[in-house]
Amino acid sequence: MAWDRNQMAARAAQELEDGMYVNLGIGIPTLVANYVGDKDITLQSENGMLGMGPFPFEGEEDPDLINAGKQTITELDRTAYFDSATSFGMIRGGKIAAAILGAMEVAENGDLANWMIPGKLVKGMGGAMDLVAGVGRVIVVMDHTNKAGESKVLRECTLPLTGKSVVDRIITNLGVLDVVPGGLKIVECAEGVTEEELRAATEATIVG
Amino acid sequence: MKKVYATAGEALDGLLHDGMFIAAGGFGLCGIPELLIAAIRDAGTKDLTIASNNCGVDDFGLGILLKTRQIKKMISSYVGENAEFMRQYLSGELELEFNPQGTLAERMRAGGCGIPGFYTKTGVGTVIAEGKEVKSFDGQDYILERGIVADLSIVKAWKADDTGNLVFRKTARNFNPPAAMCGRVCVAEVEEIVPRGSLDPDLIHLPGIYVHRIVQGQHEKRIEQRTVRKREDA
Repeated sequence: MAWDRNQMAARAAQELEDGMYVNLGIGIPTLVANYVGDKDITLQSENGMLGMGPFPFEGEEDPDLINAGKQTITELDRTAYFDSATSFGMIRGGKIAAAILGAMEVAENGDLANWMIPGKLVKGMGGAMDLVAGVGRVIVVMDHTNKAGESKVLRECTLPLTGKSVVDRIITNLGVLDVVPGGLKIVECAEGVTEEELRAATEATIVG
Repeated sequence: MKKVYATAGEALDGLLHDGMFIAAGGFGLCGIPELLIAAIRDAGTKDLTIASNNCGVDDFGLGILLKTRQIKKMISSYVGENAEFMRQYLSGELELEFNPQGTLAERMRAGGCGIPGFYTKTGVGTVIAEGKEVKSFDGQDYILERGIVADLSIVKAWKADDTGNLVFRKTARNFNPPAAMCGRVCVAEVEEIVPRGSLDPDLIHLPGIYVHRIVQGQHEKRIEQRTVRKREDA
């Protein structure tokens, strides 16, 4: 037993507090928006928008209104638009409280790799390097192991980095870990997962 | 001060030369200067270096300049939606410089503001930092990135007045203001040119000082990923 995609997103939503400005990455992080409940959260889209709304109703798509994943979206009564330099100014300047992102690998010192696999097609880092370097708190949401069953929570990343010592918390299908001095600390195990199972699936050093 | 031109081709007349450096606005296919890109294709200008967040798709946006082999080098943050791009890149025909998205935007803004370089923590400890000066401020490392000054900027806005003051619409603003600022000459294409005095001076997004030529035209405004939600049944 472990958490599925929606349960991981729901767990990640618990990290968000009333009044936060937050940037959500593509994939499972996008689902986090479905679980914020009554909390007053403002979503940033790094192509130039604060206050991102849901997908439009069919027939109401606007080509001038997209998110960073190039999907059509809508605005809210709180929405503000701005240019890309201003957008990354607020990211780099630490005004965005948290970013929730996917990852290929995370290391015990908080190193993050999520933008390129050498030898495979490289599409680019987009805004990921700016986000992890700039926002207040970086939360990674990903599967604990890859398709081959190997740990993605490592002593050291093997892939080119997106950021060095940038991750604060890791939420996987098996549980929640924090980056602390000396390694990772288990915060909680997913429903039906034992601490032994979580440790066995983790290559990184677990402390405490 | 005549800034209004009848067609995109006329607006670019005398500004294009082989090997030039162009900064282009737009994010994905949103807010791209599609008419000016088509006019550059028609002009046949070659060996272009283009700074733009993306490179369009195969048959729209900057992608059409790839098809005609007019681009020598791209400076971009993400090029995922373009098969021809990957083909030319992997075969060595096309050079590519990846910039983090915020670094690219700030390089344009800085270049337009007379700032030749700036320090950022984006990319510290990654391949992006290779060969760049590292400097520590208050115990934190930063890398030096250069401002961009382009020979020409091409941008898309919603409305302009005839003095070049621009107003953008929703997320179609994106890279257009910083791209406009970093060009020695900037040509803007707009959906509507309105008489001076009809735009609220307090609500101008980019002052006309940055905009040298304007052309009005019809835009296709293609949607890259149409995502919708279902209406609740009544």
